[in-house]
Amino acid sequence: MPINIEGLKFTYSNGGPFEKNALHDINIDIQDGEFIGIIGHTGSGKSTLIQHLNGILKPTAGRVIINGIDTKQKDLKELRRQVGIVFQYPEHQLFEDTVKKDISFGLLKQGLSDEEIQQRVISALHSVGLDESILEKSPFELSGGQKRRVAIAGVVAMMPKILVLDEPTAGLDPSGRDEIFGYIKELHRDFNMTVILVSHSMEDIAKLADRVIVMNEGTVYMDKPSGEVYTQPDQLEKIGLSAPQITYLMKRLKTILPDIDENIFTVEAAVKELQKHLKQ
Amino acid sequence: MIRDITIGQYVPGDSLLHKSDPRTKIILTFVMMIFIFLINTYWGYLLLTLFTALMIVTSNVPVKFILKGLKPVIFIVVFAGVINMFTIGGRIIFEFGFIKMTYEGVDMAVKMAIRLFLLIITASMLTYTTTPIALTDGIEKLLGPLKRIRVPVHEIAMMMTIALRFIPTLLEETDKIIKAQSSRGADFDSGNMVERAKSFIPVLIPLFISAFRRADELATAMEARCYRGSEGRTRMKQLRLTRYDFITSAITAVFMAWVLAMQYMVF
Repeated sequence: MPINIEGLKFTYSNGGPFEKNALHDINIDIQDGEFIGIIGHTGSGKSTLIQHLNGILKPTAGRVIINGIDTKQKDLKELRRQVGIVFQYPEHQLFEDTVKKDISFGLLKQGLSDEEIQQRVISALHSVGLDESILEKSPFELSGGQKRRVAIAGVVAMMPKILVLDEPTAGLDPSGRDEIFGYIKELHRDFNMTVILVSHSMEDIAKLADRVIVMNEGTVYMDKPSGEVYTQPDQLEKIGLSAPQITYLMKRLKTILPDIDENIFTVEAAVKELQKHLKQ
Repeated sequence: MIRDITIGQYVPGDSLLHKSDPRTKIILTFVMMIFIFLINTYWGYLLLTLFTALMIVTSNVPVKFILKGLKPVIFIVVFAGVINMFTIGGRIIFEFGFIKMTYEGVDMAVKMAIRLFLLIITASMLTYTTTPIALTDGIEKLLGPLKRIRVPVHEIAMMMTIALRFIPTLLEETDKIIKAQSSRGADFDSGNMVERAKSFIPVLIPLFISAFRRADELATAMEARCYRGSEGRTRMKQLRLTRYDFITSAITAVFMAWVLAMQYMVF
């Protein structure tokens, strides 16, 4: 399901004294099943951009078309079923008295049968690595990491074709972070979901995304396949970002070991490359 | 949507009104309000309107912003106006069955509308040009004498400061939760009254939870900094009357004297 963003411009409180241009002239096309990473500084427009994907914000100028649905139209039910957004700290939206009710909140609104709902809740729960024992518990007695996963399951249960995640691992410990990224990867692979991951950690984006969109001051600064973005660290440094640390290490190592490949962006790939080199 | 509420917001600026002491502004606002109720001739209203316009122009608060703030009260003004027009007895303009429109009624309706608009603009000018903190400081100082009869003035002012401080935070939070829940399929705009009221449960519960969490965190933070009420507490920013207060008071006094003269001498 392709996403077309054409000449998108967005201004907060248009015409008021606190008018603020958040996005200008954004053009992005995203194909089905892509794994996109969006990266940029705080205030670069990342969060504003993703809120256009299910019509929460409407373009001030330009248009956003998702699988033929213009987000400017009135009836957004179908659009919101197709595009699932997990906002920052999604556990703050939990409100029901049991985990089961909370995950099925969106499904009930779609008028599905009880069995269908039950089945979807359980599969959503599994896809974020939780089991049925948690279903009747109150979301408020869970740990922070579990709450986060329940909240993500609430969006995944809707079976969106496009899954958008805004900093899904903010405030989690490293193992919790790796787990959640693992599940996101599986969702992408098993259901061919288009995944759009917003983060400001280059390391995380490098590990997961196939294509990276770098935002800066409300514009698209770069839009390239993952590998190409990091080959020009100076371009990223210019806007206050950086390549993954491992890339810098490999560049340094290259001065002593001229045979190695310096264009490496994840620790795993670096380990492989160095092992290969050691064998030689 | 929620960001559109402008009453009670502060608009940063550098005008005479911005620089005046909050105590001066609070007192003058009250004086102004008393005058708005006292006056009942169109000449008086004209002068008061001129004075309000002067206030707006010198304060540099965008007119658009003020008009936007008036939008929610238009309904009340129209409603009160219609009731006045048809219920007050006097010389009849026209009659249709039991509906009677009178000169006195129309006169009253117009005056009432002017009064309400002037009142709201005056009251909002106070908050547009005064930071919430300065406002509560001013109130605390003005209520100071009540401390003698054991009214916990400082505590009341502190509660007001905190409440004002959290209005934008809670609005932002509400906005965020509404966005998140509507992304999960919540629908706030359709169905009958009961259904609509119910649809706000998924917003209210997380909002209350976060408000309590914030309150708890704030209490801890205040305790960690050894806050223990008003006793022996000093201020970083002392309120001081300056020449700006003299100028604002003088201008207001001149205008109000003029208004009084119009009211009682000319007619």
